[in-house]
Amino acid sequence: MNAPKKFDVIGHARRRVDGRDKVTGALRYADDLKLPRMLHMKLLRSPHPHALIEAIDVARAQAYPGVHLVLTGKDFPVPFGIMPVAQDEHPLAPEHVRYVGDPVAAVVAKDEQTASEALALIDVKYKALPTISTPEEALAQPEARIHDYTDAGNIHRNQSFEFGDVEEALEKSDHVFEDLFFYEGDNHMAMEQHASLARAEGDGKLTIWSSTQDPHYLHRQLARVLQMSAAHIRVIACDNGGGFGGKCDPAGHEFVVSKAALMLGRPVKICLTREEVFYLHRGRHPVLMKFRTGVTKEGKLTGMHLQTLLDGGAYGSHGPASTFYTGVLTPLTYELPRFKFEACRMFTNKPACGPKRGHGTPQPRFGQEIQLDKIAEKLKLDPAQLRLNMVTKPNTLTASWLKIGSNSLAECIRQVVDGSGWKQKHGKLPQGRGVGIACSSYMTGAGVSIYWNKMPHTGVQLSLDRSGQVTVFCGATEVGQGSDDVLAAVVAETLGITTREVRCITGDTGITPIDLGSYSSRVTLMMGNAALQAAGRAREMLVAAAAEQLEVLPESIVLSQGRVFAAGDANKSMSFAECVVYAETKFGTLGTVGSYTPPKPPGKFKAAGVGPSPAYSFSACVVEVEVDEHTGWITVPKIWVAHDIGRALNPTLAHGQVIGGIYMGLGEALMEEQVFRRLPPKLSNALVHKIPSLLEYKSITSLDMPDVEVYLVEDPDPNCPFGAKEVGQGPLLPVMPAVANAVFDAVGVRIDEVPITPEKILRALHLKREGKNPRVGPDHFPDVPYVEPTYVIPPGEGGDGTESKMAVRKSANTRAERAAS
Amino acid sequence: MNAVAKPTAQRNAHIRLRVNGEEVEVSFAPYKTLLEVLREDLDLTGTKHGCELGECGACAVLVDGEPLLSCLKLAIECDGSAIETIEGLAAGAELHPLQAAFSDHGGSQCGYCTPGVLMTAKALLDAEPNPSRERIKEALSGNLCRCTGYQQIVDSVEDAARIINETTINETTANQKRAGA
Repeated sequence: MNAPKKFDVIGHARRRVDGRDKVTGALRYADDLKLPRMLHMKLLRSPHPHALIEAIDVARAQAYPGVHLVLTGKDFPVPFGIMPVAQDEHPLAPEHVRYVGDPVAAVVAKDEQTASEALALIDVKYKALPTISTPEEALAQPEARIHDYTDAGNIHRNQSFEFGDVEEALEKSDHVFEDLFFYEGDNHMAMEQHASLARAEGDGKLTIWSSTQDPHYLHRQLARVLQMSAAHIRVIACDNGGGFGGKCDPAGHEFVVSKAALMLGRPVKICLTREEVFYLHRGRHPVLMKFRTGVTKEGKLTGMHLQTLLDGGAYGSHGPASTFYTGVLTPLTYELPRFKFEACRMFTNKPACGPKRGHGTPQPRFGQEIQLDKIAEKLKLDPAQLRLNMVTKPNTLTASWLKIGSNSLAECIRQVVDGSGWKQKHGKLPQGRGVGIACSSYMTGAGVSIYWNKMPHTGVQLSLDRSGQVTVFCGATEVGQGSDDVLAAVVAETLGITTREVRCITGDTGITPIDLGSYSSRVTLMMGNAALQAAGRAREMLVAAAAEQLEVLPESIVLSQGRVFAAGDANKSMSFAECVVYAETKFGTLGTVGSYTPPKPPGKFKAAGVGPSPAYSFSACVVEVEVDEHTGWITVPKIWVAHDIGRALNPTLAHGQVIGGIYMGLGEALMEEQVFRRLPPKLSNALVHKIPSLLEYKSITSLDMPDVEVYLVEDPDPNCPFGAKEVGQGPLLPVMPAVANAVFDAVGVRIDEVPITPEKILRALHLKREGKNPRVGPDHFPDVPYVEPTYVIPPGEGGDGTESKMAVRKSANTRAERAAS
Repeated sequence: MNAVAKPTAQRNAHIRLRVNGEEVEVSFAPYKTLLEVLREDLDLTGTKHGCELGECGACAVLVDGEPLLSCLKLAIECDGSAIETIEGLAAGAELHPLQAAFSDHGGSQCGYCTPGVLMTAKALLDAEPNPSRERIKEALSGNLCRCTGYQQIVDSVEDAARIINETTINETTANQKRAGA
């Protein structure tokens, strides 16, 4: 972006293009759809957390009046999984159930009531197996295996990377801080429960409407599981009633309704109950973390050794990526010359964890930002200044070979410090009140696709005709974030029309070009760039036709506010629709395409593809709290957040994304948790979900929500459409540690785990009164058999981005020497 | 599980309702909730469901002017009632001030909680034309929204109240002027 340009559409607060249907109730979500002769499906779920299925008798269910079909695991021999390396789940479990809620059979009937009644007539004989409830138990009991495809025991993924000799860096540091943290798991709790409607077409083809964030990945998995040609399957992603990552995984029921519709030749629908959504889960991984961090006496980081242990639940899901994300983005926020991370994901007999807003990153941000607060306290430095002194710089490489482009984190910190009155508040508020600060960074789109290929990550098709209508097609999925509005805005700005003149057709694998999906904050950047290309190409045709008609040079043609005209000559002008007529006359039927592929990451070592992004967003957050020392109750009167967004395409929506992220982060900080309990031994000792309902799963209501002051920091990023970076995930990340740091400022106790509940505050205050370490958090990190790390020399030390075998040996030798001396 | 359950030979229930000002008669399985009858039998799918247990507020509609969670109400109990749903909020093509304000202030993101929030807010403004910000938060505390963080919802309701009041004042002034002239 060179000279500042005045935009007609971009940067202006507008009603979103799909807003009217949302406020009138006209928008159709998946469960709002109904087709003639439609049947309904319900699933039978395992009551055991871990068992073998010895027999299933469906005869009585099949004979029940109104029942059309009963399916079981034997109908689905092919497993699925969104990651190519973790295809470990069956739509219906054939012989082995791994968590309470694992689906084992399906009934299709004339209505939901009949299907539910028939479920009770299915007899399943289970043989219970030992139950593994935590990663520690999974490590301790490797012989009770949940899956047999992994290398050893219940270790699902084991990943280690070292960028520079971290032990050496720690040895040379003035101080080394070692801290343990725990982040509890939680659920997306999208208000819409997952629903799918499948219809067989006359010639054996399939159409499925589903609440999915990733229709393309679902499409691929349907072809695999149903053993059909992908060309015969059409996936239509309905507008999602919220996703937050919970509708990224293909879900078992999507395959089962599809199969049932194909077998019966009638439409079949399922909508999960809220309880079932908690079983399907794919939410935030519970993660235990150990940080060993070296600092200079001035408070600069020298090196960090991060170890994480993830509770993956019963299936792979996005687990391989989640495991990486508990480490890889850590060096983006502050300068970190050397970095080592070891991450391990364990299988347990609980609903599978997966991607939730921030995917794997909130956990280490929580740990690092609290540890920085402890470092500042020890070194007697201001926590905001400590951070400001070591923010990463624009156009640099991290030790882990991530390329940072634009970066306004310093400005973000300054804005929240000024806005919150930090300098007058930190350490100076009366007892019981405090402020805390934290920062973060996030990807604007994952640089590499989930499955290996060299094709574009997104495509956009544009069609214009003599009526003046503009229709834009893209596989991107509206999950509420406003992706349709971004698409319309980019096209409208480029063609000089309003968003009202642009019709968006999105999320339909049958008619829209492929987009990988609404995940990793990728849509604005990737779809936006593809739309920019397609619209730019259409603009060239319009300009050529207009120049010819108006008899001026193409360079002088301007498209703005529905007019096409020659700059400086008011007489040479026509409407946009007229211009399209001339263009259609000159070129024939008008259509253009655009696509986008992210740049190649600079790292060349194996797995260097996880973490790179065309652009990173940055956020800083100050939270103020009031803690009642008698009850432990935490009140949050206000939150200040600054987000480096590049450019806000529609400020109303951008603000909404930031506040929504803060809300979700605050819920995770204070109350949200997906937790389990064991039934007493006389009641089978099974591991069951503690709270599968919205009443028991605590979330923040309108009464609990504080005022949020939002500062959008706009420094357009050259890799992004009109400079716009992500905003959907980043602002959530600093909230949880900022709350924890504010609690410390208020009452002098450290809560090193979320949620930060009144009970934990009281426990820590009690320890404080007894003169003990006033801290609540994990006190033990188990002995995890991490693998030997991939060793890569950082860019600052002359590395070339490849794995360095020699360096490993060298490093091992020096370590051995050091140990010997 | 010895006895094979027999489907009860049930007859449909039959009621009359006034839905968004229109008289309707509807016949449905007697176990159905008002929510199910609205969505499944009257094809008014604007009203949503998020929990089936009265925990989330997505299914809020107005029954005889009062906000009610339609997932907790059996439809047969509603015979003769006047029901207002999201489909009836706009006056033809013209959005209700609440709908317009939600569009202008980002009060709706994914939109799934929006119908329940709008109907609850309408009941509030019908009863209390000048609610404080705190009062708006209190009235909407039974409506869970997962996207907005509520701030833009409260902004929207506040702005709608202002617009409704201004319109009312303007109309009153205009009427007084006409009466005076």
